[in-house]
Amino acid sequence: MPIGDSIPFVGIRWDDLLFVMLAATLLVSALLVVTLRDIIRCGLSLTVSFASLAGIYVMLGNPLIAATQVLVYIGAISVLILFAIMLTQTKNAPSKLVFQTQVLVAAVAAVFIGGVIIATILTTTWPSGGQRLWTATADVAHLLFHDYVLPFEAVSVLLTAAVVGGVYLARREIGKNEGDKP
Amino acid sequence: MSNSLDSYLVLSALLFAVGSFGFLARRNAISMLMSIELMINAVNLTIVAFGAFVEPLKTHAAVIALIVIAVAAAEATVGLAIIIAIYRNKKTPLVDEYDAMSQ
Repeated sequence: MPIGDSIPFVGIRWDDLLFVMLAATLLVSALLVVTLRDIIRCGLSLTVSFASLAGIYVMLGNPLIAATQVLVYIGAISVLILFAIMLTQTKNAPSKLVFQTQVLVAAVAAVFIGGVIIATILTTTWPSGGQRLWTATADVAHLLFHDYVLPFEAVSVLLTAAVVGGVYLARREIGKNEGDKP
Repeated sequence: MSNSLDSYLVLSALLFAVGSFGFLARRNAISMLMSIELMINAVNLTIVAFGAFVEPLKTHAAVIALIVIAVAAAEATVGLAIIIAIYRNKKTPLVDEYDAMSQ
């Protein structure tokens, strides 16, 4: 049974409802990331915000980017961050102070940045068509492997360098840290 | 609402502001890295939103967003490796205790 364009009896479009729900989830989980005391919960709520952003990418007609978001961000970066949290958490760390002493200045700066960007957005007329376009994955692949092949190769070199550099930085030096087990 | 470019841009501006607040205010180095990820996601949302609403940018925006995601993954790898290396030396993840250069 096909459902209509808008919710019966209420008159709100399904798209709008979905957008509001995803945006609310995104903003609330992002706020939890920066305010929660327990850093493990921060990491888990970061995963929630990545997932709702993937939903917004689907709404914007870009399923390839949404799939990449799920694979790379939820699958790789979240797991990496949770690993790093568990490696660096100390039981006796003073977790009383979550924020720096400059928290009020930081809040004012963040509100200022957000206000300036939003004011700029709302006072500019964008060349927008007024409806969302669907991006075909075949077109993206064609463009990526023809016009953007040099950035593609540069990114592959960058990823290799990042993996090698990450292993080099995080390795345990033999002989230096022999005695101290955490 | 879901068919106007402005709402997506405002959403991404709010996400960027939240991320910048976290970067400036948190004490834990990993929290700061998570805030950087939030800001990168906000920028990526802007790119994809422009691609979805402006016809000439459509496929270009998707390609650029893919490249941004790959660079963000590389940045997270190196950043977390640096944090773990510092943690191994200083035994603390809190950035305000990294004061070796002020002594």
